[in-house]
Amino acid sequence: MPLDTAFTGQKFASVGTRPIRPDGIDKVTGRARYGADTTAPGQLVGLILRSPHAHARIKKIDISKAEKLPGVKAVLTSADLPDLTEGDKSMFDVLENCMARTTVFYEGHAVAAVAAIDAKTAKQALKLIKVDYEILPHVTDVDEAMSPKAPVLHPKMFTIGMEPRPKKASNIAKRTEYGHGDVEAGFAEADHIIKESFKTEQTHQGYIEPHACLATIGPDGQGELWVCTQGHFVYRNTCAQLLGMDVAKLKVTASEIGGGFGGKTHVWAEPVALALSRKANRPVKIVMSREEVFRASGPTSSTSIDVKIGVKNDGTITAAQAELRYQGGPYLGMWAELGAMTSFACYDLKNVKSVGYEVLVNRPKVAAYRAPSAPMAAFAVESVIDDLARKIGMDPIAFRIKNAAKQGTKSSYGPVYGPIGIGPTLEAAQNHPHMKAPLGKNQGRGMACGFWFNFGGQTCTDINIGIDGTVSLTVGTIDVGGSRAALSLVAAEELGVPYSQIKCNIADTGSLGHNDMTDGSRGTFSSSMATVFAARNAIKVLRDRAAQMMEIPVDDVVWEDGHAKAKGDSHGNLAPLSLKDIAAAAGNTGGPIAGHNEIVADGAGVSFATHICDVEVDPETGSTKVLRYTVIQDAGKAVHPTYVEGQYQGGAAQGIGWALNEEYIYGKDGRLQNAGFLDYRMPVCSDLPFIDTVILEIPNPNHPYGVRGVGETSIVPPLGAIGNAVSNAIGIRMNHAPMSPPRILKAIEGAKKH
Amino acid sequence: MAEIHLWGALRPAAGGASSVEVEAADIREMFRKLEERYPGMASHIARGVAVSINGKIYRDSWSEKLPGDAEIYLLPRIQGG
Amino acid sequence: MSIQVSTTINGDRVDFICEADESLLDALRNRVGLTGAKEGCGTGDCGACSVSLDGRIVCSCLVLGAEAEGRGIDTIEGMSDGAILHPLQRKFLEHGALQCGICTPGFLMAAQAVLKKNPNPSEEEIRFGLAGNLCRCTGYDKIVRAVQDAALEMRGA
Repeated sequence: MPLDTAFTGQKFASVGTRPIRPDGIDKVTGRARYGADTTAPGQLVGLILRSPHAHARIKKIDISKAEKLPGVKAVLTSADLPDLTEGDKSMFDVLENCMARTTVFYEGHAVAAVAAIDAKTAKQALKLIKVDYEILPHVTDVDEAMSPKAPVLHPKMFTIGMEPRPKKASNIAKRTEYGHGDVEAGFAEADHIIKESFKTEQTHQGYIEPHACLATIGPDGQGELWVCTQGHFVYRNTCAQLLGMDVAKLKVTASEIGGGFGGKTHVWAEPVALALSRKANRPVKIVMSREEVFRASGPTSSTSIDVKIGVKNDGTITAAQAELRYQGGPYLGMWAELGAMTSFACYDLKNVKSVGYEVLVNRPKVAAYRAPSAPMAAFAVESVIDDLARKIGMDPIAFRIKNAAKQGTKSSYGPVYGPIGIGPTLEAAQNHPHMKAPLGKNQGRGMACGFWFNFGGQTCTDINIGIDGTVSLTVGTIDVGGSRAALSLVAAEELGVPYSQIKCNIADTGSLGHNDMTDGSRGTFSSSMATVFAARNAIKVLRDRAAQMMEIPVDDVVWEDGHAKAKGDSHGNLAPLSLKDIAAAAGNTGGPIAGHNEIVADGAGVSFATHICDVEVDPETGSTKVLRYTVIQDAGKAVHPTYVEGQYQGGAAQGIGWALNEEYIYGKDGRLQNAGFLDYRMPVCSDLPFIDTVILEIPNPNHPYGVRGVGETSIVPPLGAIGNAVSNAIGIRMNHAPMSPPRILKAIEGAKKH
Repeated sequence: MAEIHLWGALRPAAGGASSVEVEAADIREMFRKLEERYPGMASHIARGVAVSINGKIYRDSWSEKLPGDAEIYLLPRIQGG
Repeated sequence: MSIQVSTTINGDRVDFICEADESLLDALRNRVGLTGAKEGCGTGDCGACSVSLDGRIVCSCLVLGAEAEGRGIDTIEGMSDGAILHPLQRKFLEHGALQCGICTPGFLMAAQAVLKKNPNPSEEEIRFGLAGNLCRCTGYDKIVRAVQDAALEMRGA
């Protein structure tokens, strides 16, 4: 029978408070163990040999000298990783990305690996592996890769989604289109049309913890993997398939994770570590260096976007159109498609058309990065929206309010919206004190909206009552930012006991059913839903046990304030039974007391945010200082408000870095020039002000507590908000992110000449 | 009879139509009938199709009912970060 | 070439053997078993490996293990007084100044160094004092507030 997930509008005792997180002491004392923080007896050091070329055919690999080096226990090439993907192209891409087979597609692409008794020996062994490359021409720019003269990565790639299907191979893997109405008719109605092109450079999720894992496979085909990941069940499934193992025989334990943001939803070195362990018959630990993380994990797309929007003098948008070209590295993903789906999602449009092109280049395989593809599209669209507002003399917030999507709007990606929160976030922005802060010389204010989907997904949770009445809450979604605290609050709320009576653990893959990854802003949203139902199931058992203890019918037992209470006059003198009382008698009343729930937390809503920011641009250096920043976003119900604020602030900070300084810089040789934190410049403490947050709580009708996903949306508006602020500060539209000092200076110099 | 709106990539399998009509009580029945009538859709459905019912996106639940007057939209299965 | 090092870590005498070219970070993590200091970059850019060397905050990835000979090292593992958390540790928890927590040991060491030098820092002084530590999760807002609050308490105000 399907569970009733509808919002109940109850008042909360625990949910909404701010207790200390259960993993807190471990994390402030250095006790918490992350991916690289474990060891196994006899473990070997695994190192990966990577291509120095952006594009090359592998003619021959000679591992014989490396194998003979004393201390080397295994040397691996793709020959040790047979193709077990059975025609599943995207799985094959994962396999090939983990270890090149016939061709290397980017500088840093893995070609071989060794496991040795120590790092020194492993490094020496790598040097002894001889790879014979035939260097091929490469292409790294998204627009260049689309030109007919560009070197083609895959000779059998004929663009999907183009009618008729091209007969000539190209780097354009796919074309997708979204929209409705008639944009040409819409543009004909417009009084003003703005058409502008934008570029955004490639960025990395920038998690401070490099990928790390410890893999052990025994001669009986059973294995264990300790790894930092956003989804240990997904990693298990992928690794088991690639290595030809039974899923149940590979136990994956998720370590604490030092950041993921989407970059740890895909496997990188893990199948290699497992394969090395299998070959060497010893545990193998692989820890990627920072340089490897930049060169060979999964950054986000660089993009090239054209936007055209038409408006009437009264402020009504009559048509909106975009062409989005996103590069995915060497493999097909749905990056441009997500950009096409999200680009105009904030607005109520009669005529809209977005076309996306997935383009392949010789760069690492693109992975999801927090609301993947939406920030770039929002940068382009929110910039044009601002320019249009200025053109017709309308306030930028008022212009957006006039055209904002609302319940009943047909979204730009197809379905009609139910109740949504963009209107409230815009109104809250309009009334926020930030809008009244004075601006001085060289300072500018900008605002922008953002949209992202939220997901539900497969989730299960166990609640086990200990013999002393304390509660073990076992979940399967990785805790990236404090969700164990939030989930404990939910369990405390349902059971009616104090937060301190709950201990939340994240199970390994052997101890719980499948859970989808912590991505799509689903960690707290879906696990909290499963926790609510698991708790309610536990309460059914508790009431039954209490009924036995009290010797009354179970229908006469209610669960209130953490106690089983006899209701009705005939049971007047029966004392309430606490969790502790009932647990103490569990052995006599039927055994261990537990509540489980397995659900697909589906039907999650969508999420909107509005950001406002003030900047000061130094016209002599082109340097931008962020003076004030405000995030306004609907959380439905903030289970632990501190961690919701944290998500808002963290996403904003990443977006600010993306907007102002972060980019992958490629040389003409197709090699990444800035594979380190010195020159890949992320925001530091002195770059940012305090980030103000406003949590709106418009309940999600499809969650018992009204909770919405919150983790991703806050990275979507910053590029647009900063772009508008900088453009207002210097009086010139910036259309290339990051808006780094050299680009700003160039724009200022360029404007002087005209 | 439910009207099922198709996103761009599914339309060629339906002869270019942007929506089709199908009699189905839940998501699973809908997918089965679509595959029967439009074999070209099978590979998409196997890869994963999300279903929007009145604006709420369902990525997995076969048993989710399709209310008679609901707006039903098929979308690609999206991943987050 | 192996080198025998005799040093003091968190007040205890510790002996270990390391390679000549091995960093103090690797020696702490792999030889002594203290994994609180983290490698985020290996090039001194992220501060996740911050420890105190003879009272001075350093990136342990830029110090050789051999350089610890005869000196005093303080790591995150020695920050609390037995079970009693340092005010900075407590304030980080109260303010939610950590999300994934990987940068937290480094930040706590760096914040302690900032407050040792200046017990009453301005917001700007805190921000610049912590500019050698990268955090990707928090946007630094709650970290700065936690340090301000801890400084207040430590001044006895």
